[in-house]
Amino acid sequence: MSARWPRLRRNLSEFWRVFRRNRPGLLGAALLASALALSLLAPVLAGRDPSETIRDEAGRPLTFASPAEHGPLGTDDAGHDIWAQLVFGSRISLSVGFFAAALSVLVGSMLGLLAGYFGGWLDVLLMRLTDILLVIPDLPLIIILLASVRQLNLGVSPYVILVLVIGLLYWTRTGRLVRAQTLTIKERQFVARARAIGAGHGHILLRHILPQITPLIVANAVLDVSTAILTESGLAFLGLGDPTRPSWGTMINFAFSRNAIANGAWWFYLPPGLAIVWVSLGCVLLGNVLEEVLNPRLTAHHLEGDERMVARAPDLARAP
Amino acid sequence: MSVDWSHDETARPLLSVRGLGTDFVGLDGSVAHALEDVSFDLYPGQTLGLVGESGCGKTTTLLSLMRLLPAAGRIVSGQVLFDGTDLLALSEREMRRYRWKEMAIVFQGAMNALNPVYTVRHQIGEAILLHGLMDRAAADRRVDALLDLVGIARSRGDQYPHQYSGGMRQRAMIAMALACQPRLLFADEPTTALDVMIQAQVLELLKGIQRELGLAVVLVTHDLGVVAEVCDSVVIMYGGKVAEQGPADAVYNDPQHPYTQRLLQAFPDLNAPGETLASIPGYPPRLNALPPGCRFEPRCDRRLPVCATTAPRLMAASTKHYAACHLYAGPEARFE
Repeated sequence: MSARWPRLRRNLSEFWRVFRRNRPGLLGAALLASALALSLLAPVLAGRDPSETIRDEAGRPLTFASPAEHGPLGTDDAGHDIWAQLVFGSRISLSVGFFAAALSVLVGSMLGLLAGYFGGWLDVLLMRLTDILLVIPDLPLIIILLASVRQLNLGVSPYVILVLVIGLLYWTRTGRLVRAQTLTIKERQFVARARAIGAGHGHILLRHILPQITPLIVANAVLDVSTAILTESGLAFLGLGDPTRPSWGTMINFAFSRNAIANGAWWFYLPPGLAIVWVSLGCVLLGNVLEEVLNPRLTAHHLEGDERMVARAPDLARAP
Repeated sequence: MSVDWSHDETARPLLSVRGLGTDFVGLDGSVAHALEDVSFDLYPGQTLGLVGESGCGKTTTLLSLMRLLPAAGRIVSGQVLFDGTDLLALSEREMRRYRWKEMAIVFQGAMNALNPVYTVRHQIGEAILLHGLMDRAAADRRVDALLDLVGIARSRGDQYPHQYSGGMRQRAMIAMALACQPRLLFADEPTTALDVMIQAQVLELLKGIQRELGLAVVLVTHDLGVVAEVCDSVVIMYGGKVAEQGPADAVYNDPQHPYTQRLLQAFPDLNAPGETLASIPGYPPRLNALPPGCRFEPRCDRRLPVCATTAPRLMAASTKHYAACHLYAGPEARFE
């Protein structure tokens, strides 16, 4: 339809108008955008390969060089450039986070929709499954799963296994959220109308129920990214990351196991730690604000706090 | 009082309901008989009023006819013949083809029946595209024509439901109901929650459309004034059963059932101002604790001993005018 694109543009500009005024949201978006730029421009920004050994004039590896002695962030125990590791590590941390979150949101939304809409044994089955998954502590479960999947030697890269395991364990929160929303929306009368016009289940689910909960899913997905990145970091710190693709968590693991702390090499473990905080803080800020902006019911009234809406008393002192 | 039954007697009814019964099953397994033995005929171009207090089964009747009952509802008996086809015998897939293409419904409360995230234009055209009746461009033109028909500016079709007033939403719902040119229209209290002016507008619109398109309409309402104005025949329901039914004039001018009489007394009469309105004491029966005899017996001021024990059958007061009351000993009602 012809009216579609201008309308989309109008909706986007309306979204931007509300979003722009929200400082935590802007900060979150900026934090995420900078991290994203870092990983996209990694080869340019790093300046060198992270596996390249830095040597001094005598040709010996420059180990545990402080930021004052070398580059922006010094070197590690093997004389590798920390800044280059940090920049390339962002690719692993972010991509595991995004893919795992995408997977968990996809699975969670689908199962939540189906459970909420059809109810019955499917609902009981899925909800008891989420009960079980919610009760078992995540990290031990993931460690056991990762270890046993790797034992199988499926020939899949550890990176993919990591994404799959994290993604397939963290869908429960999204699943419950989507199910709860589906339960309330399927009782709304426009769903009854959709049935009355002869719509089937697919049409009702995808065209009438899903659009109502999409804002929720989007906001939740951003929060899931932070959960997934933190989980990956934790696993990598414990040595369960993909050793061929070092992430920020892997860097901290190296720093820990190679006595960076005893050597006072703070430039080895502090930058990746701060980078993890940087990104997950960005996700949480953006996620909370997206939820607020996309769900008008959570925002304060639109007349509040906008100066233009407040009638000002005439300035009597300046009257002649 | 002459009975004006203006349709062609030889014509076949478009909708023929026979002995329709619907139960609701509670979570604890208890059964409520929401509808029992409802029968009526509706001819093309005619309007049938379905009248009664809240909870007497009006909406349940409509939902049963479209087979759109909530999960707890079950149709347990009867036949619904639409142009000769028994809708209750169809599979769900076959039934879906009847919905909206043959029979459409204007829901009670138009705000809730519109999806807030789509434009009104999209929602009016949705059924047309869903049934694959036209391509998108043709459907768009049809939506324009429908908006014209119900008096909404075409440009406002691109707006969202929250940008509409209550009356406009109701008109949009009517446009939506007409999208696939159904032969039968159910209107579930289309004028509740509208002010009197807008009520009159919406009723005028419905009447005009019906005249123009020759639709058959089932109008659910509390308002006997509306019935007198627009209906050809009327079914008065009480506690899930038909209390009285017949041509609107006959029921209105010569009510047989004490419930109908009390109902009419509870409405103001323009020709006899100053009259005190009589309310009916008590409440309609709970559907899971129905009285064993006549369902109106506990509230009836003309009850007989037999009323408490035996449910009355529909008796004919005159041609096609039936009442279910022990006060009348006429021949038993017969539906062909």
